[in-house]
Amino acid sequence: MSDPVSALNGASFDGLVTLRDRGPMGMITLRGDLGSGVMAKAVDKALGLAIPALCRIEPAKGVCQGQSAWMSPDELLLIMPYGQVGAALISLTAGLEGQHYLAQDVSDARALISISGPDALVREVMAKVTPADLHPDRFKTGDFRRSRLAQAAGAFWMPEAGRINVVCFRSVATYVFDLLSAAADPASAVDYFR
Amino acid sequence: MSTRLATGGRLLNRGKQVTFRFNGKYLKGFEGDTLASALLANDQMLMGRSFKYHRPRGVVASGAEEPNALVGLGKGARFEPNQRATTTDLFDGLQAESQNHWPSLEYDIGAVNTYLSRFLPAGFYYKMFLYPRAFWKHVYEPFIRKSAGLGKAPTDADADSYEHFNATVDVLVIGGGVAGLQAALVAGRSGAQVIVMEQTAHWGGRAAVDGGTIDGQPVGAWIATVVSELETMRNVTLRLRCMGAGVYDHGYVLAYERLRDHAPEDDGPRHRLWRIRTSQIVTATGAIERPLSFAGNDIPGVMLAGALRDYAVNWGVSVGDRVVVATNNDDAYRTAITLKGVGLSVPVILDARATGGGALAEEARGLGIRVENGKAIAKVKGGKRVTGVAICAQAGEGAVLEDLACDAVAMSGGWSPVVHLWSHCGGKLIWDADQAMFRPDPNRAPTGADGQAMVIAAGAANGALDLAAVLADAHKAGEAAATATGRTVKAGEASKADDMAYAPIAPVWVMPQGASYALRSKSWLDFQNDVKVSDVQLAAQEGFTSVEHAKRYTTLGMATDQGKLSNINGLATLAKSLNTDIPSVGTTTFRPPYTPISMGAIAGEARGRIFQPLRRTPLHDWHAEHGAYWEPVGHWRRPYCYQRAGESIHDAVSREVKQTRASLGLLDASTLGKLVVKGPDAGRFLDMLYTNMMSNLPVGKCRYGLMCSENGFLMDDGVVARMSNDTWLCHTTTGGADRIHAHMEEWLQTEWWDWKVYVANVTEQFAQFAVVGPNARKVLEKLGGMDVSKETLPFMQWVEGTLGDLPARVFRISFSGELSYEIAVPASHGCAFWDRLMVEGAEFGATAYGTEALHIMRAEKGFIMIGDETDGTVIPQDLGLSWAISKKKDDYIGKRGQQRSHMTDPNRWQLVGLETVDGSTLPDGAYALADGTNANGQRNTQGRVTSTYHSPTLERGIAMGLVLNGPARMGEVIEFGKTDGTSVKARIVDQVFYDKSGEKQNV
Repeated sequence: MSDPVSALNGASFDGLVTLRDRGPMGMITLRGDLGSGVMAKAVDKALGLAIPALCRIEPAKGVCQGQSAWMSPDELLLIMPYGQVGAALISLTAGLEGQHYLAQDVSDARALISISGPDALVREVMAKVTPADLHPDRFKTGDFRRSRLAQAAGAFWMPEAGRINVVCFRSVATYVFDLLSAAADPASAVDYFR
Repeated sequence: MSTRLATGGRLLNRGKQVTFRFNGKYLKGFEGDTLASALLANDQMLMGRSFKYHRPRGVVASGAEEPNALVGLGKGARFEPNQRATTTDLFDGLQAESQNHWPSLEYDIGAVNTYLSRFLPAGFYYKMFLYPRAFWKHVYEPFIRKSAGLGKAPTDADADSYEHFNATVDVLVIGGGVAGLQAALVAGRSGAQVIVMEQTAHWGGRAAVDGGTIDGQPVGAWIATVVSELETMRNVTLRLRCMGAGVYDHGYVLAYERLRDHAPEDDGPRHRLWRIRTSQIVTATGAIERPLSFAGNDIPGVMLAGALRDYAVNWGVSVGDRVVVATNNDDAYRTAITLKGVGLSVPVILDARATGGGALAEEARGLGIRVENGKAIAKVKGGKRVTGVAICAQAGEGAVLEDLACDAVAMSGGWSPVVHLWSHCGGKLIWDADQAMFRPDPNRAPTGADGQAMVIAAGAANGALDLAAVLADAHKAGEAAATATGRTVKAGEASKADDMAYAPIAPVWVMPQGASYALRSKSWLDFQNDVKVSDVQLAAQEGFTSVEHAKRYTTLGMATDQGKLSNINGLATLAKSLNTDIPSVGTTTFRPPYTPISMGAIAGEARGRIFQPLRRTPLHDWHAEHGAYWEPVGHWRRPYCYQRAGESIHDAVSREVKQTRASLGLLDASTLGKLVVKGPDAGRFLDMLYTNMMSNLPVGKCRYGLMCSENGFLMDDGVVARMSNDTWLCHTTTGGADRIHAHMEEWLQTEWWDWKVYVANVTEQFAQFAVVGPNARKVLEKLGGMDVSKETLPFMQWVEGTLGDLPARVFRISFSGELSYEIAVPASHGCAFWDRLMVEGAEFGATAYGTEALHIMRAEKGFIMIGDETDGTVIPQDLGLSWAISKKKDDYIGKRGQQRSHMTDPNRWQLVGLETVDGSTLPDGAYALADGTNANGQRNTQGRVTSTYHSPTLERGIAMGLVLNGPARMGEVIEFGKTDGTSVKARIVDQVFYDKSGEKQNV
């Protein structure tokens, strides 16, 4: 089988911040009753993940390398290594047997770009393209937002200070990457976040 | 003569000389100059020609309100018209051109219009040029367009870059004068998140020019202290050269930051548009001085009193050795005192008030300046610059008492608070008769989402004109804003300035009060649009009693300055003409932006490569490398065809169709919408969305379905595949994916919220390819891994498995009439799979085909296309698709609509095939001609072409169209009109042109 090729195929850019294509990433859209015990158990069993709170992303416990992000009152985005999606779907299907839910592999429908650099600049570059409030008091490590990246839909979160990961649809990956590259033009610092 | 003074100029760096060009002439200024101050320092009083009469005009103000000194700035890709010289910071190498004159600024032929002014009164467009009708378009309009106008549009693409920036704060303070700084200080100390912005390059506003003491220190020192305290606060952001442009609903504010206008060669964005969401807005936007309406008030050298003061104090510029001051308030005395202080002569102060001024008047007298109470200017003398004034009594009709030589006139009709930002989002005003001004009504502030006030006006913008009052008001505003955001303001004393005794202003709307028509017709209200007192009076006389009507009739306040100087004077004149009071006339509407902002700033980063999101399939680069001639489909780019060297587009399309029909064609169909619908109620849901049944589709099978709007019109189609007991996969059109997804969610969230159905849009998860042609099966068999034989995988079935070594879904569906498979593989493997298909298909001459070949092949088979056969007015029954409408179902979306009388009318045009008698291709959209004409004298019609192509397979033109009683008229020849007036004959035929029995797809 051929190796999976991400939309940006390893692109990177250095400016105010560093942009990097994170390559193929496993992602599952999971819709269902997020408040139910069965759901919590199934997600935990499949990936060792907890149900995230509103607008938050939860890192995996223990050895698993996954994350679960809050997308809407009845939707999660589960993130994991590309190769683990098949097994995770099987486990979720078993765990949610008899429940009303939907689990779909969306790994190939997405692109994942990481923005890293000085924390203030990472926020600044993002603030040029999204209306979400990125002030350090209100957008912290572990916060997750579904918003707009200029004219495209996108979601992003802060895994640690000085880094924001951006998820967008595969078809607009080049647009979003070019957009962020323009926002990271070295002569365009705003000097806003301190 | 205007000139540079030997000393002074607090904003100048006299150590750094700067060279610039004006109308090709090399001139010198200093760092810190504006273009206006530098031009004045070079005795360039004449800066432009007026809009309508081409009158010589000089600068009248010193800031954003300037109506006259507009220039074309820069060259080529950096040229911009209508830039105000007063807000343009001087830089080395600046190039400016004056506007609206021919052949030159000094000798302008258009100035003859001023002698024609009798024929160009208010509303002249409407009056003079009504007859004959044709003259308007061919004679009058071209003439007016040529003679009236401001700058020229740029011809080159803008060389600069622009960007947006989003910020969310508690308190936004607009204006960095003492009021803004004081309000920001209070809010900042409370811990609130604050942005304070100032449109000029300097903090402190007018106060630094007007002087005074705050907390015992000179104003300048106080400003520096406050700014440095604000700079140390982490929760406060200060931005210079940043203008609050507009206030919108829910605390949304646009601000316009000019980053590189003063240094255009530097890297980085030129302008930045701030998109600010804030809880509270403090408008500390100051006030604008009003001109006085006397004859000749537009002659270069007549300026606002405050502006004359600014030029002397800020830039060390004298506008003239002898300056006459005309005023109706105390503030203008400051100009006289300042000018006297720098060694210039003030021959007289004409105070229109019979009782004269207060403490400042005493001070002026003390300096030996002649002060005349109750006196006015009858007229200003001079042409391209002031040579003198004729003095009269304000109370009279203008009989000249005395002629006085002078070089400049400083006028002040009082100050108008800048209420624009307060008013943008619905803040109301009250008329303050004592101060002769409209000011914000604190009881009717613009309100936010919670119904509470979101804007607080502070300082001069709130009608507090005296320094002490400004500080107290701004302190209160800062406190109120911080408190409204839930902060606690520590008790502290507001900064204090000394009180001063002022004599009240006397409203003076025309000078002298009984001015004759001759004088009034030379008294300008709107300098930029050439509107005079007599024009507004004429409008009133002709019945334009509403201020909004009078504005449009006279064009008062409609120029690029939006009447910053003229509005109040204009509506006061209107009020007087209507014999009513000013508040009952009211103001015109204040709309954003406060001053013009660049188109670049509005567009932000959205240009060039990132003008719009361009959606790319996994094969995008492959297409580009193989000669794709692109077609935009929604935001996608799809190959229309693949052009080979030396091939025309028509040739390429023909080759693709023929090769597909003959052997093997491959299509990138990844853009097709793919929606997964799952849940116990999914079948029931799909039965409502589609006109036919989907709940009874067996697992593993496919069915073509139609979706209608509530009104019954066909809006999308596609193949539905049953994945499992509770899961369906719905294919939509390329353009329909997001729309139909939203349509489904809307019904689920608003109407059938209790149905257990989830929908996911997985369009981009898969790369999907059509493998089409007699050799399609052979290629898949070569790839191996899945049985795709006729027996195992018959037409309209699908199967999931491994093809080659990739996970794949194979759908046996056909949109071309050939043996055809659509194969979906994970998008990340799309390119690799396509390459495999090309390699394995090479022996069959595998040919990539584009959307045009796709369209032709479907048309040859008589399949409809959403957007061609449908246009939002077509129902499935029009298209012979009744077979796809379930009779068994109680309901589906659109059913009721389709039962309405007009939908069941037997005379609705019906789909048929069309073959031209001569074999030519019918023009797209052509109408079928019927006998006679309709009530409008137009030819009657009986049908129209919906799709038309040259068929490479049949080597003739084929078309589909909607025709009156079409299916009953098979074989009949009708005529279609062409745009050249001729017509072409076509025979009504069955719309399936190719392989009517369907043998080819079913092998």
